[in-house]
Formats: sequence, C-alpha cells, structure tokens
Amino acid sequence: MIITKKKPIEEILNELDSYEKIFIVGCTLCATASKTGGEEEVREMKEKLEFSGKRVVGTVVLDPVCNLQKSKLDLKKYVSGISESEALLCMACGNGLQTLGEIVEDKPIFPANDTLFLGEVKRFGVFEERCLQCGKCLLTNGLAICPLSRCPKGMLNGPCGGAKDGLCEVNQDLKCVWMEIYERLKRMGRLSDLKKINLPLDYSIKIRPGQHYVRRGVLNEQT
Amino acid sequence: MSKLKEKLDSGKFTITAEIGPPKGSDVSEFREIVKLLKGKIDAFNVTDGQGASMKLSSLAGCLVILSEGEEPVMQMTGRDRNRIAIQSELLGAYALGIRNILAITGDYPTLGDNPGAKPVYDLDSVGILLAASSLMKGRDLAGNLLKGEPPNFYLGATANPNFFPIEVELIKMEKKIEAGARFFQTQAVYDINVAERFMKEVSNFNIKVLLGIIPLRSLKSAQFVSKMIPGVKISEEVLRRMENASDPKIEGLKIAAELIRKVKEHGLAHGVHIMAIGAEKTVPILLDML
Ligand code: SF4
Ligand code: SF4
Repeated sequence: MIITKKKPIEEILNELDSYEKIFIVGCTLCATASKTGGEEEVREMKEKLEFSGKRVVGTVVLDPVCNLQKSKLDLKKYVSGISESEALLCMACGNGLQTLGEIVEDKPIFPANDTLFLGEVKRFGVFEERCLQCGKCLLTNGLAICPLSRCPKGMLNGPCGGAKDGLCEVNQDLKCVWMEIYERLKRMGRLSDLKKINLPLDYSIKIRPGQHYVRRGVLNEQT
Repeated sequence: MSKLKEKLDSGKFTITAEIGPPKGSDVSEFREIVKLLKGKIDAFNVTDGQGASMKLSSLAGCLVILSEGEEPVMQMTGRDRNRIAIQSELLGAYALGIRNILAITGDYPTLGDNPGAKPVYDLDSVGILLAASSLMKGRDLAGNLLKGEPPNFYLGATANPNFFPIEVELIKMEKKIEAGARFFQTQAVYDINVAERFMKEVSNFNIKVLLGIIPLRSLKSAQFVSKMIPGVKISEEVLRRMENASDPKIEGLKIAAELIRKVKEHGLAHGVHIMAIGAEKTVPILLDML
C-alpha cells in the first residue's frame, strides 16, 4: 500500500489561489485506506473548497488512479466537468497524480497529499514502511524482516553503534530492526544466519527512472 | 608501514586518542593539540563528521598530523559518501601517507547540525572494510584492476563492550574481522568487569583491542555519557566521586587514569583509546597521571 498524508488545507488553498473551478480526483485503493482520498475525504474536500469560495465542478474516485488505461476510460464520463474546470486537485499518491497528468494534458494538477512510503497497514491509521523496492529482494532467507527499509541507515550487517536499549538511534519510537532480526533468528534457531556477510547492494539493477516490461510477473529485459 | 600496527604487534601497551577537527578552516588549535600530545601517544584518530556535525574533513586533519611527524588514524564513515567516493578517498589517503583506517557507519544526519542532509549509507561499516580490503588486493569493489602497487592499510573498526545482548555485537565483530578489520577501538567502558568480560569473549578473535576511555568532566557529563553510549553503566561509586569532587574535571581524569592503569597492569587489552570529545587539551594531564 502507498501511504499518503494530507497536506494542510491552507497549503492547498494557497496553490489553488488563482483558480476558481476545481475538479477533484480521489482513489479507491491506497488513498482510501490512508484516509486521504476516498469518497469521504473527497466529499469533505469539496465542502472545504466550496466554503473557501471555490466552485467544485466535479469529483470522481478512480479505481485506482494509477492504472493508466483504465483511468483513461473511466474519466471519459467526466470530460465535461474536467474541461469546465481550471485546475484538478488530486487526492491520490504522487504516482496517481502523474497518471492523471498523462490523461489530462492541458490543465494544471495539484497534489492534496504528500506521498510517504510503501508500507503496511498495521491497524487503522497506523502504517509502517516495509519495502524500498530495491529491485532484488534480499529476503530469500525466510526472515521476513527487511533491514534495508526498516533501518534508517539500511544497515545490512547488524546494528549500527547507535542502538540504545534495543531502540533505534534515529527514531526512539522504533525498535532497532536488528534486534527484531536477532530475536526472530533466535526463535527460529537460525542465529548463525546473522554471521553471513551481506554484500553491498547492486544499485545498477535499479535504474531510475525506469520503464519496466513485466509479463506474467516476469520482468522482460527486451521489449 | 603502519607504526600503530608495529606497536600493537610488538605487544607493547598502546595508546591512541581522538581529536575532532575544527568547524572551520583554521587548523591552528587542532595543530596545537597535536603538538601537546606529540610523542605521548601512538596514533591520533581524526573523526569524520562526528555526531553527524559538519567539520573539517578527516583527511585534512590527518595531513596536519602527518605534517607534525605523527601517525594518524583516518575515520571513514559511510554516511556521506557512496562507494565511489569512499574508495577514491581511501586511495587518496594512502597516496598522501595515511596508513590506518577506522571504518564506521556514521551517526544519522538528523542527530547533527545539518539535519536536512541526504544520508548516503551506500556501504555500512562492513562494506567500507570490504572496499578497503579489496583495494589492498589491487582491485576496486567492483573487481576492476588498480594501477600500480596496491595500498597497504591497517584496518580498524569499532565495538561496544556494553552492548546488550553482547552476542549481537560479537557476531558483528566477527563480520568486521572477516571483512578485514585487524584492530578495534571500543566505545567507552567505565567498569573493569565489563572490560574483562568483553576481552574474554573476544579472546579467540585474532585482533588487537584498544579499550575506549572517555574521561568524565562532571556529574552532568556522566549522565550525558550514559545517555549517549548504548548500554554504558557508570557505577554508583564513580558517580559519588564525581559528585563530591572539589575539581570534577581532575577527578574524572583520575578515574580514567585508574582504569587505564588497571587495564595495563592486568594485561587486559592491547591498549586504550582516549576520547576526550572537545577536551583534548586535558589528555596530557591524564597521560601524566599514568
Ligand atoms: S530487500 Fe527489502 S527493500 Fe528490497 S525488495 Fe525486499 S523487502 Fe523490499
Ligand atoms: S539503531 Fe538499528 S535500526 Fe536504527 S539506524 Fe542503527 S541499526 Fe538501524
């Protein structure tokens, strides 16, 4: 799930300052789960904008925004609203916003959210970053705990010198991920795994920005 | 050849100390400290943006030490450089006469004075050691051949004897050794029992260990040290001594001197590493107490 948070409404209004007619786009998936761009939030946003003197000329919650072909189709029904609008407000993630930009080429599009990370929904309203999409998953060891994404320093070979009482040097609300790894390996009776040196990552497999051709879950190098 | 390695190999009690480079380009005070300690210690560690605070570079500080005829230990963190920068700086350091490298992952930027900096951490401490070891074999980390004689570093790393569970720290040390670390400078210890236990644990590692010493300056600094160093415990007795001392600074140095003497007398470690953190000028007083 892509975790997003709302931008302050003042910031949004500031961005929209010179536009009166606004079209709002939400997203049924991640932004709905993050409570940043589902039906409910889109409705609230509409009220807020109207309260501040804007005219909301249409709203839609796409399923999901980041599917280019599908969104292109789904937006066909909203052409009149979109063409009447002066600007769009996107209540999805940064990716969704850019998908929208590819479809609606001639209108400015503003983000209503800040995109944070790819994470897990721990429980309602609580999210945790779990994967940096490094391009070659290290978790081939059955461990199910990623040090790359869950340690701020991406330590690959054990805790840094900063872990204090099992807590992370950088964020004391979090347990040092290497303590979690240690405890899990211990429970599994595989502590010797901790001794294996993880070599520096190969970032060459992650060329940014990238267009990837995946067929049936397999990445095709040449297409 | 690393003189530090020679000294440690000779089995003689070795003393290193750390000096922080200035936050600015004026190295006169830094040089003054080097002069004060000249001939009194075996090597000078130059920190690399310690506490994630932006300071004059470790490499430049090491050159000042070399120009005073003394031996530097260049600290190299992975916080600010990717593997290309790390390797090229290591080569540069060697070309300029630096032989000792201490590999450290590095404190996180938000803890320092440029909290908005982008952290790099392309290599962790083990990765830095792997890179240096690779250069020593005449190849870079990607396997490309180097021109000419490969560098011959004496590689070091850090350890924390106070870490709990110690098992995790020991495994990490083994990895560092496998990656090329030959000497360790530890986080501060205040308790001879902790030092003893730690040295027993690492006795079958083929390494040299310099136990870390941070002289206390006041009761407050004792609290600070306990907060800063994971796992460190300062005994009631030491705290009481700091509290009742008429001159806490001198008392802190005395306590440190007593600990060093014990380490030396009992042949506990191969030496000590003094970290005065901003009070480097008091180190000669401490050394005179030994
Ligand atoms: S190693 Fe971590 S960051 Fe990389 S793909 Fe696996 S979970 Fe994601
Ligand atoms: S304390 Fe643990 S999680 Fe935090 S930066 Fe250090 S190794 Fe990573």
